[in-house]
Amino acid sequence: MNLVELEGIWTRLGQEWVHRDVNLAVARGELLALVGGSGAGKTTLLRHIIGLTRPARGTVRVFGEPIHAGNRAAQQARRQRFGVLFQHGALFSALTVYDNVAFPLREFGGLHEDEIRALVMSRLAQVELEPRHAQLVPAQLSGGMVKRVALARALALEPELLLLDEPTAGLDPERSAGFVKLIRSLHAQLGLTVVFVTHDLETLSALASQVAVMAEHRILVAGTLEQVHQFEHPFIQNFFRFRAVVDEREGL
Amino acid sequence: MSRHSVSTLHHIAPPSIERHADQWILRGDWTLQALRPRLKWFRFLLRTSTPELGWDLTGVGRMDSFGALLLWKAWGLREPAVLAMAPDLHTAFERIRQTADMTPPPPRRDWLQPVVSMGEKVLRGADEVRQFTGMFGQVVIEAARLVLTPSRIPLKEVSATLYKAGVTALSISALLGFLIGVVLAYLMAYQLRNFGADVFIVNLLGIGIIREIGPVLVSVLVAGRSGSAFTAQIGVMRVTEEIDALSAMGVSRHQRLILPKLMAMLVAMPLLVLWTSAAALVGGAFVAQIQLDLDIAYFFETMQRVVPVQNLYIGLVKGSVFGGAIALIACHYGLRVQPNTESLSANTTKSVVVAISAVILINALFAVATRGMGMPGR
Repeated sequence: MNLVELEGIWTRLGQEWVHRDVNLAVARGELLALVGGSGAGKTTLLRHIIGLTRPARGTVRVFGEPIHAGNRAAQQARRQRFGVLFQHGALFSALTVYDNVAFPLREFGGLHEDEIRALVMSRLAQVELEPRHAQLVPAQLSGGMVKRVALARALALEPELLLLDEPTAGLDPERSAGFVKLIRSLHAQLGLTVVFVTHDLETLSALASQVAVMAEHRILVAGTLEQVHQFEHPFIQNFFRFRAVVDEREGL
Repeated sequence: MSRHSVSTLHHIAPPSIERHADQWILRGDWTLQALRPRLKWFRFLLRTSTPELGWDLTGVGRMDSFGALLLWKAWGLREPAVLAMAPDLHTAFERIRQTADMTPPPPRRDWLQPVVSMGEKVLRGADEVRQFTGMFGQVVIEAARLVLTPSRIPLKEVSATLYKAGVTALSISALLGFLIGVVLAYLMAYQLRNFGADVFIVNLLGIGIIREIGPVLVSVLVAGRSGSAFTAQIGVMRVTEEIDALSAMGVSRHQRLILPKLMAMLVAMPLLVLWTSAAALVGGAFVAQIQLDLDIAYFFETMQRVVPVQNLYIGLVKGSVFGGAIALIACHYGLRVQPNTESLSANTTKSVVVAISAVILINALFAVATRGMGMPGR
């Protein structure tokens, strides 16, 4: 069962074609990594899935329906079934941590304030933040905490699908490993499907169950890490060479 | 993908709750999405339910934190004596258990609060004055340094600001000036005609526009247009750490950011005042021609005789001083921006309001200081 399906996506930014016939399917329960060089169109593809941008040609289906199908209420209901973690967190800087995480719950409607409080506190505990952090504003948070709060906000409505743009960019290796662990445990707990964009090989190998490599305006290969590794292509050989060097050193 | 699997994607088993003999039986999906359509009804049912009875949750498909929270609350924040459920439901309750009764820190009520906040306001005001004075001093020092090394004058920035704050304001200021001139002259013409004092419209418009209205009108326009832009620009540069990047390269923010704006405004404002006053006078002369049959050539010829040239000097000096005040105030509030959107908008608003107030205040001081100058018939 595919939660996300991209069929024949063509996208043009300015004069350049970014995507030429991109096809991708993400099955329920997968942890799919989108990798590729800078400017390969990974983030653009993610923005298509969220519905922030539309491809020039092709269809984007999320939960089996075109992302822009239906009236406003239907679209909002669909969007409430997935959560997005933007690269820089995109926390509302005028709101406290508590209000940031409560925001989707309040927008959802029908919840009592004490229920919202319990849910927010449980989300903050899930991302390993303490209750005293709730009254801070985003400007007072460190980079790692911003990501955690943003993740808590993305998880507020317990979505089935989580979309992450560079989840570990800007974090030190230790924090990055911690964040990856966090996402893994949430994936196991909540039965999430995760699609994430990354540059980081550590994140990729630690988190991904499926890998899709973007290059030459399309998905070069999609499959398990092992399958992708075997694929003969200069970009992939280059991309994973660094990894091989690290392995060799560790082997010493 | 087959049609069948499309439908399973949307399959939500509707939640239900029923009482059978001595136990409550729950079925379906107890998730936020599934409960939403009949949330009020479930709240009501759960309120009337009795935790003492047995609870059978084995028929529940999925349960998220919200579903768990609803039940947990109905049970009075503890597990009922008789409870049957699938083991994988435990995690949902586990997540909610620690946080369900968590209370936020109570809001502190302090009857001294009004006094404290007033004191804070005063202190903040004092801090602003201190900061402004510090910035002004820095700018003066930088200016003095540039006099010694004129090659370091940031001419490019000055010229860019001259263009943005001056040249691009020409059309709008001419339009506003012209309309103000028309309106003033129109109202005056009626009054003066009653007294047969038609020709005095030249004196009134000449002194009024050149000395007062021109400089103040342009200042209000520029404070709203360029002052807010300066504040926002410097504020965003603070948010994005560009100002820190400048400092890290050993470039003074006062020299590179504030001084060019100040210099450009000191030059651009008198020119804008001249331009706007001219447009207003043209508007006035135009109406005088229509309403009072005063020839336009005669209007400007008379003006040279009845309006002493000191008025023009006062107007231009005022324009320059107002421009300097607007630039400094805008930069001051720009540097006070904290890295969040609220602070950016608050400081931009403050910058415009304070700049316009300062202009009006300085104008009053000018009126007192120059009361003996440029008045005909003395």
